[in-house]
Amino acid sequence: MILYYNMTINELQDNIIDEFSMFDDWMDKYSLLIDLGNSLHPLEDKDKKPQNIIEGCQSRVWLNAEMKDGLVVYRGESDALLVKGIVSLLIKVLTNHTPDEIIGTELYFIEKIGLREHLSPTRSNGLLAMIKQMKLFALAFKARG
Amino acid sequence: MNNQELQKIRADFPILQEKIYNKDLIYFDNGATTQKPRCVVEKIEEGYYYTNANIHRGVHFLSQKATEAHEAARSTVAEFIHAAKREEIVFTRGTTEAINLVASSFGYAFCKSGDEIIISVMEHHSNIVPWQMLCERKGLKLRVIPMNELGELDLDAYKLLLNQHTRLVSVAHVSNVLGTINPVKEIIEIAHKQNIPVLVDGAQAVPHIAVDVTELDADFYVFSAHKIYGPTGIGVLYGKEKLLNAMPPYQGGGEMISIVTFEKTTYNELPFKFEAGTPDYIGSTALAEALHYVQGIGIEKIAAHEHELLTYGTKRLMEIEGMRIIGTSKAKSSVISFLVGNIHPYDLGMLLDKLGIAVRTGHHCAQPLIDSLGMPGTVRASFAFYNSKEEIDTFITSLKRIVIMLS
Repeated sequence: MILYYNMTINELQDNIIDEFSMFDDWMDKYSLLIDLGNSLHPLEDKDKKPQNIIEGCQSRVWLNAEMKDGLVVYRGESDALLVKGIVSLLIKVLTNHTPDEIIGTELYFIEKIGLREHLSPTRSNGLLAMIKQMKLFALAFKARG
Repeated sequence: MNNQELQKIRADFPILQEKIYNKDLIYFDNGATTQKPRCVVEKIEEGYYYTNANIHRGVHFLSQKATEAHEAARSTVAEFIHAAKREEIVFTRGTTEAINLVASSFGYAFCKSGDEIIISVMEHHSNIVPWQMLCERKGLKLRVIPMNELGELDLDAYKLLLNQHTRLVSVAHVSNVLGTINPVKEIIEIAHKQNIPVLVDGAQAVPHIAVDVTELDADFYVFSAHKIYGPTGIGVLYGKEKLLNAMPPYQGGGEMISIVTFEKTTYNELPFKFEAGTPDYIGSTALAEALHYVQGIGIEKIAAHEHELLTYGTKRLMEIEGMRIIGTSKAKSSVISFLVGNIHPYDLGMLLDKLGIAVRTGHHCAQPLIDSLGMPGTVRASFAFYNSKEEIDTFITSLKRIVIMLS
């Protein structure tokens, strides 16, 4: 089990890349993604407010963020399991970091682990919009100081 | 269709020999668009290489030749759907543009505030939004025919919707989500008793079943070339001559005029009145080629083979635990929408793709229908005559494997 505390965003990304690189077969990669999706703590109904929905053409993503001790904490969910798996990875990478760290981050791990297709704008699964929204939350927290 | 015939047909479609992620492509997304036989693509190439000249205006040899090919294509389309006159065939960019043309032009001529347009709950967005736009523009009301749990339109409810305010009924011949073949002949008969014209969206019908607009007595019938093995970007509006003549042009420009002065312009006759600008004369000849190809095999033979695929596919899908087929009308074309347990359609579609199988997932551009069913969407497998039972077997094996992964 990898400990995620006190790691930089890029260290966390590299960790995920390592974890996925153990599998050559796409089936195993997707099985891991499904496991991640299943283990993502579900959002409470009260957090599934309409204003937290990022509507995609194919699937929905809910995203919430709050500040705790100067760090942004994200929570999210999706109605599609594979998308939920990616949501859990994004949360793992970006949560518990300062707004500045989040704003300045380039998320390269998705491409490296071979899941770039989920981010294609034509997939319309709400993920691309979710990444944008995660950064917007960070920007808003920063502006609020 | 025996195996030998099927293999011969499949050889006409180079894409069916392709591999996706190192697996044989299984293309079950024919409801979205169909693949093209070699002869259609060759027709496009031939047109651009050897007969390209702007039509209807040049005095020179090539222009004449291109004009003849384009007008012969119009005749082919007219014959294919059994239109009484070739002038009743208007080339458009597709089904969507054809419906927009009628909504705009028929709406301008015949609709006023307080009037009503009837559509059905199973319409594609392209047979909803143009009417909503007309409603907003002129203060009309949109009425919707409901359906039963099998996915069949409720004709009793339909009869009750018709009244003296109804200006037009616009319904799909075949539902792109449910596969239901709607009783359009009956729908038209009922409307005609009150002198109300009917538009039939034939996008999902023309490739799969024999269509005779004269026998149906349809007032408008529309479809797209790309769904019947032809090129993208061209489609057809059939309209009864009397109606088309009474409607103003949809767009202005070249081709659609008779005499232009700065004071006044008089319009050309049918069908040119509705074909502003240089038409897609390469596309029209390629569409005609596609229709000849379909005629070569025979629409009855196509329908029989696809029905076999539908029956076999349905039976095999039902082997899977938690399988729910959406749309179980008795009259059904080769479209199967389904869900398995609580698995999201996106997850199924993504993993099927990884196994080389192309299906459609989501709301299929029929959001109101999907919402009314209370679903996040469906997975849709839609078959064409080049698909086989062996492909269905592979699809089922793959699906079973995926369901285990996702459960």
